[in-house]
Amino acid sequence: MSGEPIFSNAQTRSFGRFLTVAIPYAWFITFFLAPFLIVAKISLSTAATAIPPYEPLVGWADDGALVLTLHIANYKLIFSDSVYLIAYASSLRNAAVTVIFTLLLGYPLAYFIASRSAKWRAPLLMLVMMPFWTSFLIRVYAWIGILKPNGVINSTLIWLGVIDKPLEILNNQFSVYLGMVYAYLPFMVLPLYSHLEKMDWSLLEAANDLGARPARVFREVTLPLSMPGIVAGSLLVFIPAVGEYIIPTLLGGPDTLTIGAALWNEFFSNHDWPVASTVAVALVVLLVGPLMILQRQQGTGGHP
Amino acid sequence: MNVLLREDGLQPWADKKVAPQLCIRNVVKTFDGFTAVNDVSLDIYRGEFFSLLGGSGCGKTTLLRMLAGFEFPDRGGISVDGLDLLKLQPYERPLNMMFQNYALFPHMNVAKNIAFGLRNEGLGPDEIEKRVKKSLELVQLEAFAERKPNQLSGGQRQRVALARALVKRPTVLLLDEPLSALDKKLREATQFELINIQKQVGVTFIMVTHDQDEAMAMSTRIAVMDKGRVIQVGEPREIYEYPRSRFIATFIGSINLLEGPVVDCGADGSRVDCAQWGGPVRVAQDLTALSGHHVAIGVRPEKIRLARADEFAFTADNIADGVVKEIAYLGDSMLYRVQLPSGLLVKVAAQNLGVWFSADEPVRIGFDASAGVAIDK
Amino acid sequence: MNAAQSRFLLVAMSVLALLFLYAPIVSIVIYSFNESQLVTVWSRFSTKWYAALLHDDQILRAARISIEVALLSATGATVLGTFAGYILSRFGRFPGRTLFSGLVMAPLVMPEIIMGISTLLLFVALEAAIGWPHRDIQTIVMAHITFATAFVAVVVQSRLSEIDVSIEEAAADLGARPLQVFFLVTLPLIAPALMSGFLLAFSLSLDDLVITSFVSGPSSTTLPMVIFSKVRLGLNPEINALGALIILFVGVIATIATFRTIFADWRGKRKVETATA
Repeated sequence: MSGEPIFSNAQTRSFGRFLTVAIPYAWFITFFLAPFLIVAKISLSTAATAIPPYEPLVGWADDGALVLTLHIANYKLIFSDSVYLIAYASSLRNAAVTVIFTLLLGYPLAYFIASRSAKWRAPLLMLVMMPFWTSFLIRVYAWIGILKPNGVINSTLIWLGVIDKPLEILNNQFSVYLGMVYAYLPFMVLPLYSHLEKMDWSLLEAANDLGARPARVFREVTLPLSMPGIVAGSLLVFIPAVGEYIIPTLLGGPDTLTIGAALWNEFFSNHDWPVASTVAVALVVLLVGPLMILQRQQGTGGHP
Repeated sequence: MNVLLREDGLQPWADKKVAPQLCIRNVVKTFDGFTAVNDVSLDIYRGEFFSLLGGSGCGKTTLLRMLAGFEFPDRGGISVDGLDLLKLQPYERPLNMMFQNYALFPHMNVAKNIAFGLRNEGLGPDEIEKRVKKSLELVQLEAFAERKPNQLSGGQRQRVALARALVKRPTVLLLDEPLSALDKKLREATQFELINIQKQVGVTFIMVTHDQDEAMAMSTRIAVMDKGRVIQVGEPREIYEYPRSRFIATFIGSINLLEGPVVDCGADGSRVDCAQWGGPVRVAQDLTALSGHHVAIGVRPEKIRLARADEFAFTADNIADGVVKEIAYLGDSMLYRVQLPSGLLVKVAAQNLGVWFSADEPVRIGFDASAGVAIDK
Repeated sequence: MNAAQSRFLLVAMSVLALLFLYAPIVSIVIYSFNESQLVTVWSRFSTKWYAALLHDDQILRAARISIEVALLSATGATVLGTFAGYILSRFGRFPGRTLFSGLVMAPLVMPEIIMGISTLLLFVALEAAIGWPHRDIQTIVMAHITFATAFVAVVVQSRLSEIDVSIEEAAADLGARPLQVFFLVTLPLIAPALMSGFLLAFSLSLDDLVITSFVSGPSSTTLPMVIFSKVRLGLNPEINALGALIILFVGVIATIATFRTIFADWRGKRKVETATA
């Protein structure tokens, strides 16, 4: 035997590793990434009375030539028809308002939980998460009973003599905002909490010790240090809220127009899959920016 | 142990006419039924470097945090320069703290960290800049003003924390384990630097530490704490030479305890009958008050002399024969464990003078009456 | 504002936020016991809507389908999510990692309506090309696995990040092969996270309406689809009763899942306290 050591090829060791990554990777490429490409493809087609209800992009011409037909009419439509533009604008506005109010309501709650002793944090957090676990649909539906003209709020206020005729707080913009803030609150509280909880609380004591009053400690130490949590929470609320369908449908009024509902109606009522796909592509394009910020933030500042 | 370092003649606690700067009176603090600080009273004088020394959970940090204002005592009072601290929030107190992990604001650079506390004092921007610059000079970090904390070494961070607290010109500076995050070499250098800075600025320092060497080297006085109580307060030498209890004797440094009843006592010395030693042990103290009581005589290892049994080369009040059992070579000194006929292992520290003993070698050990101190608790 | 006032404000705001979260849940449970057909007008206590529920074949059939779908999807999502969480927290850098973490995490935030239409179009294209899959329970399960995996992966990843890697290294050092390390050391340590991941995936699947509406077939109407079709027409006392039951069901599962870990936590802490005191 020679004294020269033998080194094995590192490749042999990493085959198991490769396989471990490949399985979930393949799943997500098949069921998450590939579908987007198909949506993009169909958005360039036109509707047809067929199964599936759209024209194929590639076909054979009469002379036997291979023909690729791309329609950009759908894109022209959604960029010129004011219904779609209004729907996009109001979806963005709904999402922005939701972010602001979940932040205003969620920050104190997250701060409160994070400032409790370790044994109280888990039960309190549980209390915030419990509603998230129970049926979303049912919880949104419950607001109808609370907000309607003879619902809990109006009956109580009339009984107390505060008002003499019911407030109009259902099926309008207010009830949509309320429902969205309600449904997305836990998505804001969780990232805020996890950043506040990781924060070095002795920094707050240090600021206090150096003579800063609570308001200044918050403004100059707590707030800047929890900024990554605010960004993460805002994106986690904003992105899904833009495409929200259920809440505007159940709590909104006849004039409530959202991109989620527009897509749904094109698909289920008009059976126009290509236009629905175009609406979806436009929405995804809109969300690419926020999604990238979220991804970057989760990769770096999000988990220090 | 450098017990002489602080012998600069400052001993206000020995002078009945000097009023203490900081008074802690009968302070009690409990958490969920656990008594963290139990009836602690202390007087600390202007210009002192005072250490709270004890193991983890002894209550020293809780006491410090009550001085800073992060905890409030259940009972008792705390005052500084006649000012009742318990009426004040942390941000209103004239004391500042240097945190254990420094608690530097990660989103601010060094200069902004140091300026943070000044911006509450209604100073103009020029004045703030001047004071920040001066305190950066004090800790020799002028070149690092624009760096963020994560771009600094551990020692530099420690100095920023010190500068940030001192720039407020506190009447008392609280230091929570100021050196624990540094490595050993840097720790020793920093000890001297801290003492020099303290002398320069003339501020009272109160330090919490679990490291007895650190406390001995730096402090004017030390309060040893255990289970929420202060069990002895004194100058480092006093605590080392005259520990008041077995706990302190064994906690501070290393010691041999020779147990037995006090059999003979008088003004010129006493004798304790110690079977383990193999006869009576003489001590210089007058133990009349403890006559007949069971006590322990504490003898520090470095006060015991050691010689080969066949070349008996010293005289001492107490002498015993034994056999070397264990040897530790420490470089500057040797540590032996000598077994007496009773089986008792006596720790003996010998300076490394080139005379070495080997295992199982018969030796004679001895110490003078003045080297032993009786401990009855 | 002083410290006491700001503390009071903080507590008041938190209580308000919690009340806001629970108001609809409480109201639906109360009104589920209301005898009146008029839903929001209280007449007297009655359990008749619960009885009506038991005889509603449409709802019972949908509930059975929903539970079947939820069990299958939660199982699949737990397996896949454990893989994904493990890879994200233990594999360091590898080619395509950024895309991978993007793919795993995007379903957390991607509007459901987008995932619904895109997944359906995939299934349609696949069926046209290779004759599989037919739209029924299996397509719902595949779509649910895809979005629920993200949630499991987050739970698993955060649990793994709390576990000292040196424990796994110690196992390897003691001679365990990679698979043994995973099954004998890592898996038992993250078991609580797998349990809560499974339950989370289960309740998400049970709850999903939008994606399910796209990918389900005519024979696979789930419970949320039935509920939605009913509540679009207005309030419905039977739905109140059903809602109360779902809240009870999910609430009990969630409580058991989390309180077990909380109580274990409390007991553990007390042990440490008594040991050090």
